[in-house]
Amino acid sequence: MTTLKRVDVHVEGIVQGVGFRPFVYCLANRLGLAGRVHNDVNGVHIEVEGALAGVEEFLTALERDAPALSEIERVTVVSGEPAGHSGFTIAASDPAGPGRALVSADTATCDGCLRELADPGDRRHRYPFVNCTDCGPRFTIVRGVPYDRPLTTMAGFGMCEDCAREYHDPADRRFHAQPTCCPACGPRLRLRDARGTELCGDPVACAATLLRAGRVVAVKGLGGYHLAVTASDERAVAALRGRKHREEKPFAVMVADLRQARRLCEIDDSAAALLTGRARPVVLLPRRSGAAVAPSVAPGNRSLGIMLPYTALHHLLLAELAEPMVLTSGNVSDEPIAYEDADALTRLGGIADAFLTHDRPIHTRADDSVVRPLAGGVTVLRRARGYAPEPLALRRTVRRPVLACGAELKSTFCLALGRRAFVSQHLGDLENHDTLRAFTDGIEHFCGLFGIRPEVVAYDPHPDYLSTRHALEIAGVDHVAVQHHHAHIASCLADNGDRGPVIGVAFDGLGHGPDGTLWGGEFLRADLTGYERLGHLAQVPMPGGVAAIRQPWRMAAAYLRDEHPGLAVAERNADHWADVLRLAAGGLNSPLTSSAGRLFDAVSALLGIRDRISYEGQAAIELEQRADPAETGVYPAEVTGAGPLVVQSGDLVRAAAADLAAGVDSGVIAGRFHNGLAAVVTRACAAIRQSTGLTAVALSGGVFQNALLLERTAERLRAAGFRVLTHVRVPPNDGGLSLGQAAVAAAQDGA
Amino acid sequence: LAHGSGGKATQTLVEAVFLEAFRNPLLAPLEDGAILPFDGPLGTGRLAFTTDSYVVSPLFFPGGDIGDLAVNGTVNDLAMCGARPRYLSAGFILEEGFPVEDLRRVVASMAQAAAAAKVEIVTGDTKVVQRGRADGCYITTTGVGLVERPVTLSAGAARPGDAVLVSGPIGAHGAAIMLARGDFEIEAPIASDTAPLHEIVAGLLDAVPGQVRTLRDATRGGLATVLNEVAAASGVAVVLEEAAVPVRPEVTGVCELLGLDPLYVACEGRFVAVVDGGHAERALDALRAHPLGAEAAIVGTVAAEPAALVLLRTGVGGTRVVDVLVGDPLPRIC
Ligand SMILES: [Fe+3]
Ligand SMILES: [Mg+2]
Ligand SMILES: [Zn+2]
Ligand SMILES: [Zn+2]
Repeated sequence: MTTLKRVDVHVEGIVQGVGFRPFVYCLANRLGLAGRVHNDVNGVHIEVEGALAGVEEFLTALERDAPALSEIERVTVVSGEPAGHSGFTIAASDPAGPGRALVSADTATCDGCLRELADPGDRRHRYPFVNCTDCGPRFTIVRGVPYDRPLTTMAGFGMCEDCAREYHDPADRRFHAQPTCCPACGPRLRLRDARGTELCGDPVACAATLLRAGRVVAVKGLGGYHLAVTASDERAVAALRGRKHREEKPFAVMVADLRQARRLCEIDDSAAALLTGRARPVVLLPRRSGAAVAPSVAPGNRSLGIMLPYTALHHLLLAELAEPMVLTSGNVSDEPIAYEDADALTRLGGIADAFLTHDRPIHTRADDSVVRPLAGGVTVLRRARGYAPEPLALRRTVRRPVLACGAELKSTFCLALGRRAFVSQHLGDLENHDTLRAFTDGIEHFCGLFGIRPEVVAYDPHPDYLSTRHALEIAGVDHVAVQHHHAHIASCLADNGDRGPVIGVAFDGLGHGPDGTLWGGEFLRADLTGYERLGHLAQVPMPGGVAAIRQPWRMAAAYLRDEHPGLAVAERNADHWADVLRLAAGGLNSPLTSSAGRLFDAVSALLGIRDRISYEGQAAIELEQRADPAETGVYPAEVTGAGPLVVQSGDLVRAAAADLAAGVDSGVIAGRFHNGLAAVVTRACAAIRQSTGLTAVALSGGVFQNALLLERTAERLRAAGFRVLTHVRVPPNDGGLSLGQAAVAAAQDGA
Repeated sequence: LAHGSGGKATQTLVEAVFLEAFRNPLLAPLEDGAILPFDGPLGTGRLAFTTDSYVVSPLFFPGGDIGDLAVNGTVNDLAMCGARPRYLSAGFILEEGFPVEDLRRVVASMAQAAAAAKVEIVTGDTKVVQRGRADGCYITTTGVGLVERPVTLSAGAARPGDAVLVSGPIGAHGAAIMLARGDFEIEAPIASDTAPLHEIVAGLLDAVPGQVRTLRDATRGGLATVLNEVAAASGVAVVLEEAAVPVRPEVTGVCELLGLDPLYVACEGRFVAVVDGGHAERALDALRAHPLGAEAAIVGTVAAEPAALVLLRTGVGGTRVVDVLVGDPLPRIC
């Protein structure tokens, strides 16, 4: 007689809506075990019994062979007496109690579904909404928990008999796939003109014809509407720019497959993995010379943002078009992306010539994510579709639930409970009223989805952030102000599961400093509970405040004053150069800043790259793009003072001005500037190591989106014996700030 | 204490310190002035009563000086209560060493402004403080006026469907002051807009009797701050059309140089009227009939949602939140 064993297994993590129960069912059957499995609010609960060896194999395979989309966070096993189950069953969900089961991110169409899409014999042949438990919409269609069809935007589509059979068959790939559907019962694709009138013919084929004719087509995706034009058609791309009021910010390009991608960009193995992964972000990659892409797609950039199709509709459209297409967010200027059908028709009616749309509502807006591969890693520049709302694991348990309200631009919020941090998708600039509403509604939605009621609310002390205003309006909670650059470093610590203390190098545009000046080039001694400012870039005035951000030439003036007569930048801006110097000298609306971003602005304008910008960070981005990566020269810069250290960043600007006057090529100057900044950061860190004994450096802040600066700085720091932390899962820019705020608030709350 | 630019910091200070200590029903609405009903042997009626202190640097600027500013400012606060201004007091705090010629100049322009506004300065006070304890000359004026029409005006009276009007191009006063502070090369013929507003207000009140809900002069903090006060006090949204807000090109130019948003720049002779939506055109005609209102405009509407917010619809179709600034404008871009 074999020994019988019975265990109760509780699995937590992303285990709902990912085919976990059918996987358990099949596994138990294969091993000849009896029992049952069901979803509860905290995950999946399994009772299983049978031969000891079988149960043991079951527990091993449970984690080893778990479905691709699942992410197991914790497995709890309790032994018990066999109950005499006969056979293995899947029981109904148990919706009681607080909903803490995890909603997964939207996922690119899987290979199984792609095969059906291409198979003329399959009933979903060429059906744009094919999906299964391994793929398809999730976060963007969920209205509430538990994650079941009635609480998604698929609720309005009654399943046909065939779909229902698959849905209820534990052995089927579509068992409990909430958004499952087919041409007989599911959403329908339509092509409409700009007035909303339906156009006849095959919508995909007609849309492709319009694109080939140079027209702009709005395409309803997972998280909102996109605007598409043929990527090689300069006239079409330029027309799209004009209508969107987007002057120069690069457009993303969607390609059919890796083969097409390789014709446009240099793609190594890590880039290929990012492109073909289930999140399908836009990947910034070095552009090949002669790539067949219109100049207006990414002016001033050597790289190109590429993504692969992530819905069946994209696959069908690209197959029909047979060449890459620009696929950019469906909005005007900096507005949030349109996602509701009526609103899209109103807002995009003046831009798009036609709408490729359908009747499955989008509940939550989500932009495309943007990443950039890095030597030995990746920088996430925008974390949205495909990543959010999956939780980030925290090193320590959060005592009381925390809401962190983030910054102002590139807004995200973060909810933290237990050992999980839920960072929202990228929302955008809160000054925009639609975005502000997405922010406040999104906080409520997340609180409901994850069963979190915040007791601690963290915010940025900048008095004019709308996120700060919202945070302070929440009553009955403890408020925690987290200094902007401390939050950046804490974000990097939380991102790496490190507790610090570290030397935090926080380089960004700017943030509110407790001394009333604007910080942005900071060397902090920081852990999660606190920080001390041990150094910073030399302060310069920002002549005219925000005007100095919009017009980088003003920063060149602030740095160089009258010391370099005959500079081209002064000549180009002769009309106002003297007045701007007076502004700076008189202090009238010219706040002092130690910002590294403004330092890049000054050099970019000095080199004639950008006097005025049309999107945030443009001058610095184009300076990086201009830099010659082969250049090894290094501009010198002094580090003075002791408490705190002051990095004489003006030395770098003056060295660049001298080289420019001597006729040195701007790419070489830009290279020497990057190297010089990396070198002086390393020296400042070495000086801080001497006084503090700290040997780890965390690099954070929007300036470290600059791959050249990040790589050069990290190399030098490592060569000097430092351990270097960089971002992994959240952006170094303000999109990652909410995670840092949450980590600090939780640490201060005492774990 | 933070420097008072008329923003949220000042508002918070006023609410936390003064309102708390002096609490009474006349002060509580924090309007431009208080309305005092009287009922005595000589008759019944309503007095408007207000006070304001003037600290401006420089004291003399294109289009005016601290003297006419002190008269017009208080006259206008009375006008915003719907009153006819009658009597003013004037209190001076002078720094030791302040030139007598300058004082004469200031006083002369006060006399001139008072005559133009048909008010009399009937009482006053002067103190001289040690050098360095004040910046030249500060003036406090208090004013009394008569409310002769059956109006009840309040920042809390705006309702959805109302129209929002401004009496003329905004930002000239603040831009003139800023230019006078620096020694700039930019050539901009900008003079302060300081002017008494009670006559144009009387014309408006008579043209659309009972239809004016709110009057506010857009002084410190500019149009944006005043509209935020209205939105908060009335629990409504104010939706501005960017293209409809009148700003002179030379003011726009100076604001661009200085990095200021004209919506937040002070005026001293412009006001906001919230008027019943059905009477907006008539109200506009009444404003334009007065020389000070030749460039008046309907700039927006009042909506129910989102409560307590001011929104600006921009040229490209976006909607921007126009928040109250806490202190001096600080860049928010990271
Ligand atoms: Fe930042
Ligand atoms: Mg006043
Ligand atoms: Zn699939
Ligand atoms: Zn079906």
